[in-house]
Amino acid sequence: MKYLAEFSDPVLAKKLVDQIHATVTKPWAMMEVCGGQTHTIVRHGIDQLLPDGVEMIHGPGCPVCVTPLEIIDKALEIASQPGVVFCSFGDMLRVPGSGRDLFRIKSEGGDVRVVYSPLDALRIAKENPDREVVFFGIGFETTAPPNAMTVYQARKQDIANFSLLVSHVRVPPAISAIMESPNCRVQAFLAAGHVCSVMGVSEYPPLAAKYQVPIVVTGFEPLDILAGILRTVTQLERGEHVVENAYRRAVTDEGNTAAQAMLSDVFETTDRAWRGIGMIPRSGWRLSERYRAYDAEYRFQVRDIDTEESKVCRSGEVLQGHIKPHECEAFGTLCTPRNPLGATMVSSEGACAAYYLYRRLQTPEVVSSVG
Amino acid sequence: MAEQVMLPDPARPNFDGWTCPLPLRDHPAVVMGHGGGGQLSAELIEHLFVPAFANPLLEGMADSAVVTLGGARLAFSTDSFVVQPLFFPGGSIGDLAVNGTVNDLAMSGAQAAYLSCGFILEEGVELSVVGRIAADLGTAARRAGVIVATGDTKVVDSGHGDGVYVNTAGIGLVPDGVDIRPQRAVPGDVVIVSGMIGVHGIAIMSVREGVSFGTEVVSDCAPLNGLVAAMLDVTLDLHVLRDPTRGGVATSLNEIAKAAGVGIELTESLLPIPETVANACAFLGLDPLYVANEGKLLAVVAPEDADAVLAALQAHPLGVDAAVIGECVPDHPGMVVTRTTFGATRVVDTPIGEQLPRIC
Repeated sequence: MKYLAEFSDPVLAKKLVDQIHATVTKPWAMMEVCGGQTHTIVRHGIDQLLPDGVEMIHGPGCPVCVTPLEIIDKALEIASQPGVVFCSFGDMLRVPGSGRDLFRIKSEGGDVRVVYSPLDALRIAKENPDREVVFFGIGFETTAPPNAMTVYQARKQDIANFSLLVSHVRVPPAISAIMESPNCRVQAFLAAGHVCSVMGVSEYPPLAAKYQVPIVVTGFEPLDILAGILRTVTQLERGEHVVENAYRRAVTDEGNTAAQAMLSDVFETTDRAWRGIGMIPRSGWRLSERYRAYDAEYRFQVRDIDTEESKVCRSGEVLQGHIKPHECEAFGTLCTPRNPLGATMVSSEGACAAYYLYRRLQTPEVVSSVG
Repeated sequence: MAEQVMLPDPARPNFDGWTCPLPLRDHPAVVMGHGGGGQLSAELIEHLFVPAFANPLLEGMADSAVVTLGGARLAFSTDSFVVQPLFFPGGSIGDLAVNGTVNDLAMSGAQAAYLSCGFILEEGVELSVVGRIAADLGTAARRAGVIVATGDTKVVDSGHGDGVYVNTAGIGLVPDGVDIRPQRAVPGDVVIVSGMIGVHGIAIMSVREGVSFGTEVVSDCAPLNGLVAAMLDVTLDLHVLRDPTRGGVATSLNEIAKAAGVGIELTESLLPIPETVANACAFLGLDPLYVANEGKLLAVVAPEDADAVLAALQAHPLGVDAAVIGECVPDHPGMVVTRTTFGATRVVDTPIGEQLPRIC
């Protein structure tokens, strides 16, 4: 963990901001795909430093936000079953399913545990052969390889009491879906650096060419973001639309080929529903036939649950960049991190939560309504 | 408001037809967040306990109550300790049990004089473990200059506890002329922290979760009564003191801002954060402002006293890294805002429960 301070250097940041201002001559709207980038932008106030008319549209790249409701409900049902140890990364515990969350299940006696690696869940399975241990495997190309490795290891070590509840999604099909949306305003993308560190950049040139948009692979520290924005506006001003790698310290053109091989072995591409967006063809991964025995959906025979859903939450439009979080009627009143209507208000990476936490100063009418 | 959007084609992803769950209602049972020191904790106290006990002493919502008894002003406080693991780098539950209550009393300006100590032991815990904890507790009491004057022991069935729980209560005299409470913060006051933040929480997390951060992070668990005494030697007019334990600096400052009806403005570049804590937080997706401390205090003092108080802190072994981190302002009352290193601003809110590590 080096370079944290270096990549937040305010002097260098000011130079980049000045270069962005010197480059921009007209309004532009670009999307940062990844929720981690959204968090950095809002936490450091980067969007407050950009020229008027340069708009950052927050993309659907928060793994918590886009995990479909029915998957959350499946998780709740599995975690409620006796004999189950349900393991998850921390920020999934507060995501509301149909009226409950994993914290609620834990308070009702369910064995719900926060882990920091799927391999921790596998270790728990080895140590508790009489329990069924399930890991909640969600997220993008970034989190998929370790989850694949864990299932691979479970099979290799013949650990039969481990399974994965999987809801993995892929970025490139989402970019296609966003660009083909009738209301799309996105003119360029900051691609998610961590995703590309796994997958490389080869999937992006066809997208840049097809939709005539610059795509700049960008990191997550403040200077990474600013450098990505500078390269993006430079291309936009020149009328270019190519793929650039502004995160070379982590991303190679070919990516992590070992991780890709693991993904190919363990997962297969599938249509996947995204919360707020709906079904996007070929946008997800599920466990392949060889590993079906480790698929929690099959093992626990969880069924879809009818859900009663909010009529006012506009997370989908937020995720697509059609509106800013505070333009939703429910923002800060009916919908707060304490009582989230949608997952964008639950996750620390969610655009609504980020706005609620960091931007209430700019929406004082919200402040007075927050108890 | 966004302009009217076109109806989506059902054959394509629906970008405008988002629906999502009804909001979570208040939890009908206790969840872990009720003990996290954030909004859920505050609501539990405010809506359930305070009405049941109904007396003006509780209205200050301070870490200790200041009561008058036989002509003496006493600070009175209690705290329970349920930490896992029982032993961690830099201390144990025994150290915490003394220092936690000593520090709660110190935040009223009191020097802790006497403690009570209640042990709840789970059947099956080795006596050698209990002995180590008792020894640590005794050593910590001697270091803090406080006497463990009374105690109690209970045993619960195996599986009905978590090894060892400890409760301590304490009393101490509040010096004449001292009036330290959150309501005393006023615009213009200076906010000081006594040292590096986030250390205890990361130390506990590193051993509890087996997450390594390159070098061992050692808890800052320490008694702060000496540090407070050094400050009171400089001025009796300390406005607010707070030890930012659960919920970290952010939660304590929000409590002060709300109690006093002032805004607090932090300057991010002034926050003393050790590199190990910054790295661990970056790795886990946590904010150091919300991470627990066990040997740090926040002081809110009049601007004319700030330099002297800061010097007194820095002259003490537990305050060498003390720093001014912000000020109280008339704007945005009840809210804490930080200026980022790039000159922008963001709100520093009270967490709901405990911070949760991010997925990626």
